Amino acid sequence: MTTSVLAGDIKGFESKDQKLKLYNKLQEIIDGHRNAVGAPIRIMQLTQEYCGYLPLPVLEVISKELDISFSQLYSILSFYHFFTTVPKGKYVIQVCKGTACYVKGGQKILDSLHKEFNLAPGGITADGKFSLDMVRCLGCCGLSPVMAVGDDVYRKVKPGQIKDILTGYK
Amino acid sequence: MVTLTIDGEQVTVAEGTTIMDAAKQVSIRIPSLCYLQGLIPHGACGVCVVEVEGERTITRSCVRPVQQGMKVHTNTPTLRNIREMLVELLLSNHPAECFVCERGETCELKDLASTLGVKDIRFDTKPPKFEVDDSSVSIVRNPNKCVLCGRCIRVCSGIQTVEAIDFVNRGDTLIVGPGADKGLGESNCVNCGQCIHVCPVAAITEKSCINEVWDAIDNAEKHVVVQEAPAVRVALGEELGLPPGTLVAGKMHTALRKLGFDTVFDTNFAADLTIIEEGNELVKRVKEGGTLPMITSCCPGWIKFMEEFYPDLIPNVSTCKSPQQMFGALAKTYFAGAANIDPSRIVSVSVMPCTAKKYEAQRPEMCSSGYRDVDYVLTTREIARMIREAGINFAELPDKPAESLMGAYSGAATIFGTTGGVMEAAIRSAYKIITGEELEKIDIMPVRGMSGVKIATVEIGGLKVKVAVAHGLGNARPILDEIRAGKSPYHFIEIMACPGGCVGGGGQPIGFDMAIRSLRGETLYSEDKFSTVRKSHENPSIKKIYEDYLAEPLGEKSHHLLHTKYTPQDNVSKLKNILANLKSR
Ligand code: SF4
Ligand code: SF4
Ligand code: SF4
Ligand code: FES
Repeated sequence: MTTSVLAGDIKGFESKDQKLKLYNKLQEIIDGHRNAVGAPIRIMQLTQEYCGYLPLPVLEVISKELDISFSQLYSILSFYHFFTTVPKGKYVIQVCKGTACYVKGGQKILDSLHKEFNLAPGGITADGKFSLDMVRCLGCCGLSPVMAVGDDVYRKVKPGQIKDILTGYK
Repeated sequence: MVTLTIDGEQVTVAEGTTIMDAAKQVSIRIPSLCYLQGLIPHGACGVCVVEVEGERTITRSCVRPVQQGMKVHTNTPTLRNIREMLVELLLSNHPAECFVCERGETCELKDLASTLGVKDIRFDTKPPKFEVDDSSVSIVRNPNKCVLCGRCIRVCSGIQTVEAIDFVNRGDTLIVGPGADKGLGESNCVNCGQCIHVCPVAAITEKSCINEVWDAIDNAEKHVVVQEAPAVRVALGEELGLPPGTLVAGKMHTALRKLGFDTVFDTNFAADLTIIEEGNELVKRVKEGGTLPMITSCCPGWIKFMEEFYPDLIPNVSTCKSPQQMFGALAKTYFAGAANIDPSRIVSVSVMPCTAKKYEAQRPEMCSSGYRDVDYVLTTREIARMIREAGINFAELPDKPAESLMGAYSGAATIFGTTGGVMEAAIRSAYKIITGEELEKIDIMPVRGMSGVKIATVEIGGLKVKVAVAHGLGNARPILDEIRAGKSPYHFIEIMACPGGCVGGGGQPIGFDMAIRSLRGETLYSEDKFSTVRKSHENPSIKKIYEDYLAEPLGEKSHHLLHTKYTPQDNVSKLKNILANLKSR
């Protein structure tokens, strides 16, 4: 197991020290849950909590250790919206594309994020600060269009306000 | 036993039988799509729905077991409407390319649409949106044509235990694949092509090289040599409209000459050669205490499987190349010399029942002649397409033998094409090598037939030789696990990746019906039975090649041209290699 985690190219875990810590953590997670009901899901959940995402070399290790094929593991992972195989930003931006927000200009928010921050749904800014997810509803359609940054929700967002909102995050 | 009525007719079946299977007994074929005999039903498509009296909702007959007293209706206006609607929805999501689709008459979706009388598609059709995966050298996957029936997943995991593919993503981005944007060529797929046979549409096909072969034939500078595997001669006729199991060896040779191949040989010659090399290797291992059991190596699907899942068993696998690759190496050396042709002018083509052979021919080590030993591999289906394109009336062709230098063959070679055949051929010759005498009863019945694992004990010169034969990779696992645990009782094991052996190879006429595969095998046994030469070591062309060129089995030339080595391909081994390379730099 050491070899594969240490040999892999893992974003966010470049140094030997980081890799060693990741290796120990992974070992702990897998050993602690390999016999649990729904082990693959639980283990991926805890791993994502630690890494921020699910790096491919780590998935190869989980597949090997749990003796479940890569395709089957990936099938589970890709079924749940919760799991991600790309690193997320320090702050996750969510823009709603549900019906209400869409009608009220949700797309314009996306356009402006793309133009001003080169940020597309599923992507991450070069400095790793923000990543963008498109969601179907944030549960406050009366305030549309809605955008969330981390735990903060912004209502009736106009494209012109976006720069100001984001510069507030350090 | 359970008694029920289906469309008013009473039927009694065993408990646990599905409604779909029970209906067959009263001559009713319930329309279906994701169901396929031989695979565990999955209930994905909904086409097989039926109504049960007293139940609020319709039910899927392929997964629903019968119950005592059930009253089932399979043909009502509601059901006809639902089925039609389901198929229309599938069609609206499917590229309308039937004219240029290689599945032609074997497409089950088109068949279903016409069976159900679908006349128009009431929904907007959508343009294709997925990338075609052509990363594999053997198999192309086109998710745009996929109807998400899951049959390929079930054959790959349930029958072959490779688990290379699964459903990936969800909703309208749902596809079937290896996951993580990987192509099939980067996955642990062993290229057996069984998924092609179960796919109802053209979402999985072989990677064709028909154009490259036509180019070579049309190029006057090139001398194109062709070889055909044993299992092709009992399937090519079927692909071209003759009854399943028709033997067309002679017509096949004639057709290949008509297509413009310059020299028509036969892989069966190389199968005989394999037996001589492999038989001697086995005897050597037994006499000198080498690694046992020895496992056959003619099947590149099995070889990749072994390298992926059982790399620790590499010492058990015979070092003999497959007949295809032995032939290739000799075409550009032995034949080039005998015919006085510069090997750089030779294009070596093979016709195979197999998609994995395409992968094998491209393996980096397969150029021991100094050139690519086999340039192009055509499947049975591809050569049939070429024969049709050329307007050849196959059924009327006269029978001709192949060129004898590398084309004469024994009955032992021809049975290579079916499960158990390599074992039987090897026993016939090993007996001679060990005892110096000829085996009298050469029909080794216990290794014939379609059961998944066959075992036998054969007495050879006082030694009780224990052998096992497995076909279908799932059937091979228990035998391999036994070796791993150090508990294998066998001396010699034959493994073929495809259920039925090569008669059921990924390049054969489309279908997953074991009865037809068995029929093809029977024909090979009868070709053997009526052959004048039935043992590999009695093939005069084999005697000649050892006299004129190879000198002796397992000799220096053989070692260089006819034997090979294997590379672990599992992830752990791969990464260890990467690390070792880094360190040595
Ligand atoms: S070719 Fe064989 S191993 Fe590869 S995906 Fe198809 S069934 Fe699985
Ligand atoms: S590729 Fe073919 S067999 Fe596999 S799910 Fe799609 S339609 Fe079914
Ligand atoms: S059994 Fe025959 S057809 Fe199937 S993969 Fe092996 S060599 Fe190819
Ligand atoms: S055939 Fe029964 S659900 Fe598809």
